Amino acid sequence: MQIYLPIAEVSVNAFLLLGLGGLVGILSGMFGVGGGFLMTPLLFFIGIPPAVAVATEANQIVASSFSGVLAHLKRKTVDLRMGTVLLIGGLIGAALGVMVFNYLKSLGQVDLLVKLCYVIFLGVIGGLMFIESLKAIRQSKSGKRAPRKKHNWIHGLPFKMRFRVSGLYISVIPPLIVGVLVGILAAIMGVGGGFIMVPAMIYLLGMPTKVVVGTSLFQIIFVTAFTTMLHATTNYTVDIVLAVLLLVGGVVGAQIGTRIGVKMKAEQLRILLAIMVLVVCGKLATELLFQPSELYSIGAVGGH
Amino acid sequence: MGKLWSILLVTLLLALPVRAEEDIVLGLSQAEVSITTNFDGSEILIFGAVKRETRIPDGPPLQVIATIAGPSTAVNVRRKEKKLGIWVNTDTIIIDRAPSFYAVATSGPFKEVLNDIEDLRYRISIPRAIRSVGAPMNIKDAPSFTNALIRIRSRSDQFQLLENAVTIDEQTLFRAAINLPAALTEGDYTTRIFLTRGGKVVAQYETAIDVRKVGLERWLFNMSRQQSFLYGLMSLAIAIAAGWGASAAFSVFRR
Repeated sequence: MQIYLPIAEVSVNAFLLLGLGGLVGILSGMFGVGGGFLMTPLLFFIGIPPAVAVATEANQIVASSFSGVLAHLKRKTVDLRMGTVLLIGGLIGAALGVMVFNYLKSLGQVDLLVKLCYVIFLGVIGGLMFIESLKAIRQSKSGKRAPRKKHNWIHGLPFKMRFRVSGLYISVIPPLIVGVLVGILAAIMGVGGGFIMVPAMIYLLGMPTKVVVGTSLFQIIFVTAFTTMLHATTNYTVDIVLAVLLLVGGVVGAQIGTRIGVKMKAEQLRILLAIMVLVVCGKLATELLFQPSELYSIGAVGGH
Repeated sequence: MGKLWSILLVTLLLALPVRAEEDIVLGLSQAEVSITTNFDGSEILIFGAVKRETRIPDGPPLQVIATIAGPSTAVNVRRKEKKLGIWVNTDTIIIDRAPSFYAVATSGPFKEVLNDIEDLRYRISIPRAIRSVGAPMNIKDAPSFTNALIRIRSRSDQFQLLENAVTIDEQTLFRAAINLPAALTEGDYTTRIFLTRGGKVVAQYETAIDVRKVGLERWLFNMSRQQSFLYGLMSLAIAIAAGWGASAAFSVFRR
């Protein structure tokens, strides 16, 4: 069934979009990522103009993350306090990131920088996670338990706060800094930042993997809602018809994803996320390294 | 003597065949295209007749060209190049005016139907319909950018060259069908008809097809421009409602 999108001004297959939304929704519920870094290239591929794809994707992520958070709240796997601290940092970071983005735009070549950013971050994060979770799986098979890090320099910082759900008693400074850094990257790269936030929470803050997913989704809702409003009022690029098609699939997918995630072991979840991140990284790297079939591209004058 | 000569000259001139007055009478299957939610492209049927006061002139046969052009905008064409081992966009050319849609249908091979001078004058062929004024000094092969634009847009049926797509009966009646793709932008689509003989344009006719969004499409589009804040809030409300709805539905099923 073909549907004409009023803002994107293209006609697309409705069932294809429902399916795509569902698929990304499952990943979202499982791993606590928004899925923007997967969905946006897919939307480009089916012919949605890039500006519309990025803006509409933000709106769809609001829906699937909200659906995922509700499922996680029932299982008490959302650390609302930690989420709020990260969110405050994230919003500060996003504001800084927009400034950095505009500065880079004035220098030109912002597209290249975004892509390089993606490849480097995805490669490093995916690689480290993959190695770590592989070790954890081996250890759990041989019966040994991974030694839990007790104390490091992070525990010496002031402004300590108790995060009951995560079982942490740490200073608010590290989560704030993580929030700011992810916010900056998210604004530059045009994504919710879940795939950076999740590993950062696991490895830098030492939060349990099960809590991380729900907490990440919680803060993604606000970041992407903010992005949606920004795009809708300044660029007029949110396509509500496209959003509805994607989010119907997305919210159902998120519910299924959450249930799959709960049944899996933490290290299995981590290794799958690591593989996914590495695949996306590999795809972007090949785009940069190999000669594209079409050397020329068409863009609107004034856009980027 | 002189008077006789001038009379003779006048009679000779009158006896010469005058340039045939041929006019176009045109009909379109639809003068407007409504873009609805389930819009999936549209076929425009062009049919017409040649009106003459005199009989069909001798000489090369009548040929017909029909063009439909969507609204024009300026576009950026970028080219990638390998720099330090990675493929990056290097050169950019701004093409001043390129139609979002352009179709040319002819009654014969393009080169036979129209000569280059007339093409230049009326901007009929696809490369002529695109206007590219100047390229920056450092880019030497500017035409390759225009060619790339034509190649990319032809691939998605936004540019169509339909040779032998116009049928002519008895040098008087003609008809053609042009398919508008589903990815259509709004605006006035200029439709032009040319009659040619021996590569030269002998008559021309121009009209417009009105392409407009209607109903829900119209309403949403207007709202996104005029009440963008409300539109954004509405998008978010739908997202939150859908997220909550799915969660509620699943918890009912699970119990």
